[in-house]
Amino acid sequence: MTTQVLYEEPGPKAKRRSLFSSVGVGVVILAVLTWVLVTLGAQGQLTVEKWGPLIDPTNGTFGPLWNLLGQGLLNTLLAAALAVVLSLVLGTILALSRVTAARWYRWAVVGLIELLRGVPVVIAIFFASRVLPEFGVDLSLVWYLVIGLTAYNMVIIAEIVRAGILALPRGQAEAAYAVGMTRGQVLRTVLLPQAFRAMLPALISQLVVILKDTSLGFIIGYEDFVRQGQIIIQNLGNPIQTYIVIAIVFIVLNYALSRLAIWVEHRISHGRKAATDATAVEKEVAGD
Amino acid sequence: MDVIVENLPMYLDGVRVTLLICLYAAVLALVLGTLMASFRVSPLPPLRGAGASWVTIFRNCPLTVVLFFMAFGLPEIGLNGSYFWFGTVGLALYTSAFVCEALRSGINAVPAGQAEAARAVGLDFSQTLSLVVLPQAVRTVIPPLGNVYIAMIKNSAIVGAFGVGGDLFAVGTTLTSARGEAALPVLTGVVIGYLIITIPAGLLLGVVERKVAIAR
Repeated sequence: MTTQVLYEEPGPKAKRRSLFSSVGVGVVILAVLTWVLVTLGAQGQLTVEKWGPLIDPTNGTFGPLWNLLGQGLLNTLLAAALAVVLSLVLGTILALSRVTAARWYRWAVVGLIELLRGVPVVIAIFFASRVLPEFGVDLSLVWYLVIGLTAYNMVIIAEIVRAGILALPRGQAEAAYAVGMTRGQVLRTVLLPQAFRAMLPALISQLVVILKDTSLGFIIGYEDFVRQGQIIIQNLGNPIQTYIVIAIVFIVLNYALSRLAIWVEHRISHGRKAATDATAVEKEVAGD
Repeated sequence: MDVIVENLPMYLDGVRVTLLICLYAAVLALVLGTLMASFRVSPLPPLRGAGASWVTIFRNCPLTVVLFFMAFGLPEIGLNGSYFWFGTVGLALYTSAFVCEALRSGINAVPAGQAEAARAVGLDFSQTLSLVVLPQAVRTVIPPLGNVYIAMIKNSAIVGAFGVGGDLFAVGTTLTSARGEAALPVLTGVVIGYLIITIPAGLLLGVVERKVAIAR
């Protein structure tokens, strides 16, 4: 809904007024930002010693520092990629067993999903790292992190895939059965591909969540991006600067992923509704 | 499982502290999120830009980084506080971005025709807003807002991982690390503690959703 409907169409006077208030608000926002910068400067947070190693390539520590951070970023991406693949596989299996299996088994799956969905992911990671060794399962740190992330995200993905299957028109499955396909074939060749396609934006958005949650590896000492940042801070004593840089990297990565999800969604809905709805979609995207 | 029974008061206290963190963060996030949502639908471009930047920053930055910044960055410029408050405010900042988007989607979901019809039968601006648009917006917003808050309850465990004394996560680390109890029963107790908060919250949300849902 556009707020336009709530108000009168602005006349020349109202337009002038809103231009003035826009400038006023802009000045206030700039003033706040300036005040923040001045405060940081007064506290000696804008000095070259603090920022140089992070942003100045000619600085002696720049190379080794970004080596360390880069290694951390690779570790983060590795853990996230492993968790994504495992969650996708296990989540799809869970979703399929929930859709097709016998009643008692379905209840067990629903129970598992509800259980894992209610547990904070940080607890799942902590649980994996503390409990598995008690049972003699001795893994490297990355796997505890991956197991914790997978336990949580596979049920989310299972729900996404299930929603995708249920949203398909009934005729799809009926037609497939009618031409003599078995249940497995119907799922594999007709329903799943369509469900994945429809759910692709939701799945990509879940990637953002997994990538962010990988930073929880710090509680078990996994040397991810954030943990490497801590090592740098211990040596250089610049927490504000380092965390700002780390935050920017995460924000850029995740923002790119969410734009990708929106772009894919846009493409999919364009494909489906063809020309009839194109203008409506256009409007929606513009209003975002 | 004896360890849970023996330390039951500690667990209950953990649930209490976790709920306390969530309560403060929920209120603060609602205030900030509403403010940012009103920025985002405002007719003034600079406000819209500020709201959009806020959401982009806090939605894409891991809560861990927000909390580290609060706990170790802010003392550098002379802002000192307890981890409890750093954690709670950090959680609120992070959650406010999601609250903002939930509210905005609710307002956007009310079809323009509703307001047009209200104006056509002669309701003025405040009547249109309070009688027609807002009641519908609130009802559409409840499910996504509920999900945001359930996610926030789970995220509060991360605040606990930052050494907030006495919350559920801290109970787990105290009993396993400091007292050397076996991890399985201790952490099972912690998991149960979170489940008795999150599962009823989810069920309650489902009930409310069915009660207020509007077919569209």
